[in-house]
Amino acid sequence: MEIGLTHYLVLATILFSIGLIGVMRRKNLLMLFFATEILLNAVNIGFAAISHYYNDLTGQMFAFFIIAVAASEVAVGLGLLIVWHKRTGNINLDTMSSMRG
Amino acid sequence: MFEAIAFYLFAILTIVMFTITVMTKQALFALTALAAGMIFVSAFFFILGADFLGVVQIIVYTGAVMALYAFGMMFFDTTREVKERNGSSLIVMGLSTLSAVFTVVIFSAPVVSSKIESIYPTIEGATNSQSVGMVLFTKYLVPFELAAVMLLVAMVAGIVLAGKKMDRSLTLMAEEEILLSQEANKKVIL
Repeated sequence: MEIGLTHYLVLATILFSIGLIGVMRRKNLLMLFFATEILLNAVNIGFAAISHYYNDLTGQMFAFFIIAVAASEVAVGLGLLIVWHKRTGNINLDTMSSMRG
Repeated sequence: MFEAIAFYLFAILTIVMFTITVMTKQALFALTALAAGMIFVSAFFFILGADFLGVVQIIVYTGAVMALYAFGMMFFDTTREVKERNGSSLIVMGLSTLSAVFTVVIFSAPVVSSKIESIYPTIEGATNSQSVGMVLFTKYLVPFELAAVMLLVAMVAGIVLAGKKMDRSLTLMAEEEILLSQEANKKVIL
């Protein structure tokens, strides 16, 4: 049985949907960050698969830059989260309504 | 044959781990399941011949990102169970519709774009790391440097945001000074 591009794309879709469900149902901000990591990883799998099956290195390059973006997002996001936790004592998404959004 | 076995094994493992991450109520379970899922994702990169990407995935995600999350979780109360919002049927419906549309688009995308030509083809006779280096340091040099600057900015931002009062070292202070600073902290908190 040959594993084709479609297999990988379907897997990436499933993982992306799992991450999407996580983004929708989480209220804790740390858990929300976990879900975004899942989203980024699903996209990375898709990029690597296309890079392999079309013999093109561009997909891998984009995956590298996505990893760099994810790393800096975690650094800044966790810093902000720690500051918020020091000020208010919780990281609940529903309490962050000071801008009346 | 072995590729198929490896693919299905790691696909099932990854899906299970990420589902645990999304569905569990314990923050520690979510963290460990996410770390395991990251390592299983790197297996796909190895299967696909993207060795360097797989190694970077393991080092960056499980080495740096997960360690950062573990440090971050020490600031938060992780033993408390995470309360979730009551899922309204509208959100669930919108989510399922969105996922279904994504699935259809991803299924049909290779069919539509069957005439893709590679811009930077893989170099014959070079290993994956060598060809990645050749492309990264010629065609993608400017984005690479920009990513480096971005990581530096993120590092400075993380230190500035999380590392308040880092100019005082507890190991270099005398006992009385530490007690005094603790009293001062209590007053600030109260």
